[in-house]
Amino acid sequence: MFFSWPFFFEVLIGGLLAGVMYSLVALGFVLIFKASGVFNFAQGAMVLFAALTLVGFINMGMPTAVAILITMAVMVALAYSIERVVLRPLVNQPPIILFMATIGITFFIDGFGQTLWGSDVYVLDIGIPTTPLFFGDILVNSFDLVAAAVAGLLVVVLAIFFQKTRVGRALRAVADDHQAAMSVGIPLRVIWVIVWSVAGLVALVAGIMWGSKLGVQFSLVLIALKALPVLILGGFTSIPGAIIGGLMIGAGEKLAEVFIGPFLAGAIEDWFAYMLALVVLLFRPQGLFGEKIIERV
Amino acid sequence: MSSAAVQIKPVPSAEAADALLTVNNIEVIYDHVILVLKGVSLHVPLGGIVALLGANGAGKSTTLKAISNLLRAERGEVTKGSVTFEGQRIDGKTPDELVQKGVIQVMEGRHCFEHLTVEENLLTGAYTRKDGRQAIAADLELIYEYFPRLRERRTSQAGYTSGGEQQMCAIGRAMMSRPKIVLLDEPSMGLAPQLVEQIFEIVKLLNEKEGVSFLLAEQNTNVALRYANYGYILENGRVVMDGEAEALRNNEDVKEFYLGLSATGRKSYRDVKQYRRRKRWLG
Ligand SMILES: Nc1ncnc2c1ncn2[C@@H]1O[C@H](COP(=O)(O)OP(=O)(O)OP(=O)(O)O)[C@@H](O)[C@H]1O
Ligand SMILES: [Mg+2]
Repeated sequence: MFFSWPFFFEVLIGGLLAGVMYSLVALGFVLIFKASGVFNFAQGAMVLFAALTLVGFINMGMPTAVAILITMAVMVALAYSIERVVLRPLVNQPPIILFMATIGITFFIDGFGQTLWGSDVYVLDIGIPTTPLFFGDILVNSFDLVAAAVAGLLVVVLAIFFQKTRVGRALRAVADDHQAAMSVGIPLRVIWVIVWSVAGLVALVAGIMWGSKLGVQFSLVLIALKALPVLILGGFTSIPGAIIGGLMIGAGEKLAEVFIGPFLAGAIEDWFAYMLALVVLLFRPQGLFGEKIIERV
Repeated sequence: MSSAAVQIKPVPSAEAADALLTVNNIEVIYDHVILVLKGVSLHVPLGGIVALLGANGAGKSTTLKAISNLLRAERGEVTKGSVTFEGQRIDGKTPDELVQKGVIQVMEGRHCFEHLTVEENLLTGAYTRKDGRQAIAADLELIYEYFPRLRERRTSQAGYTSGGEQQMCAIGRAMMSRPKIVLLDEPSMGLAPQLVEQIFEIVKLLNEKEGVSFLLAEQNTNVALRYANYGYILENGRVVMDGEAEALRNNEDVKEFYLGLSATGRKSYRDVKQYRRRKRWLG
């Protein structure tokens, strides 16, 4: 293997940009976990469902912008239904029950999405350019740059929403202490709908980016599996953690594949992320950026 | 009137008539089987401070939660009786509806949002209000005047403030909802005597100046009866005695069982609960 710095940076940047795509999926998990302590197994299915729905509307001849708006409405409706049908009856149940319920939701959404829109592989093209760009000697795909910009924008919007708005403050309050939030009159049902809606919208963004890259197909559900090591790395409750975790996994696996792979007969990319997550679990179980637990009475 | 019938515990009829809050013979069951309140009745008059006294596990917190309807999240249920506020039945209303009506609880153990700053904590108390930013900002200022300590700590994360500051924060947060009555659960818990006195002084001030009524659950009978106008003593889920605070303080039984010398030593163990609080994710 021939090593050169420009090539190294090209792989690194390519990896970082690919990692952004993992972050997008991980973000959705973090939102729901932070607010309700529920590990939402259905986040991957929501990504696929959002992408399928969007493609469906576009193929019906709608302008892209309109299709995106309607899909957003569908994701909010989905959040509302999940609260009404699944979460509300399970109030006060232990987290494991809720986790199982989200597995149920996963199968439902997968099946429902495919019944509605079919199980073909669809092309999703909303006009994101894919031209290769050169920065000096370094080759970068413009699609990846757009993905990075979108992820950055999303994080900024979420940060403003959480830190500066009344509802965002209420969401953080609920994440800290459900009972106290209830006692000051924050209606939890409304909060769940908002949280799942925001996670649904994040899933839509992830669905658009992944769908444009790989085509909209069932295997999008599987990228949710890559979000798991990202979460373990970044911590389940940290939004910046989800982003940085994604970048680290993306960059790590590409670098490992290219520079270590040849010595190990390749295919490192498939397991590198899980390996890294395992190491983090051993030394820092709350993740690199997990929320500090305040210990004081 | 024909109410000449012999009453063992006469409740002054004036009090019942202008009661802001009336709890009428309620029964509370946890987990469908554990009967905790066995018919509790009480009144809080408009502008009153009423103390709810009793030992560990007597049912004080349960009574407050039955009123604020925080019971459901603990798998508790009011199975009998009624709760009336300003002449209207309020049992069955959700906590947020109750906060909007002016009934708010400050939970035992303060329960500040620990990762939020003190000021953000106070602002969450105004969540249900619809009278605009300016009114809320004015009230925030007001709260800082009652609790100057909170102003100094306004940008600190609540989780890192002292127990006394957290209690102030929890009371201030409740006040931000512009309540008519505050259900205050064990404000003295774990605080030094001087600080307890300070907190009760502020409660009294809020009562006199802002016209807020208080129903306060306390194990610290001595302090509670000095600040309250009226008191109820709970034992095993039943009201066993009630009367003017002054009268209760001079009552021989109360002196012996609740104001006794050994009482102070015993009370520091009150944090030890007989039941394990289950962690709840939803609800
Ligand atoms: N969630 C619950 N599930 C089952 N039993 C409960 C629950 N909460 C309280 N209890 C029981 O109800 C009884 C009354 O409890 P409560 O918390 O109302 O007492 P308290 O008077 O506030 O006591 P303390 O002074 O210790 O706070 C106790 O025996 C307690 O074990
Ligand atoms: Mg109690």
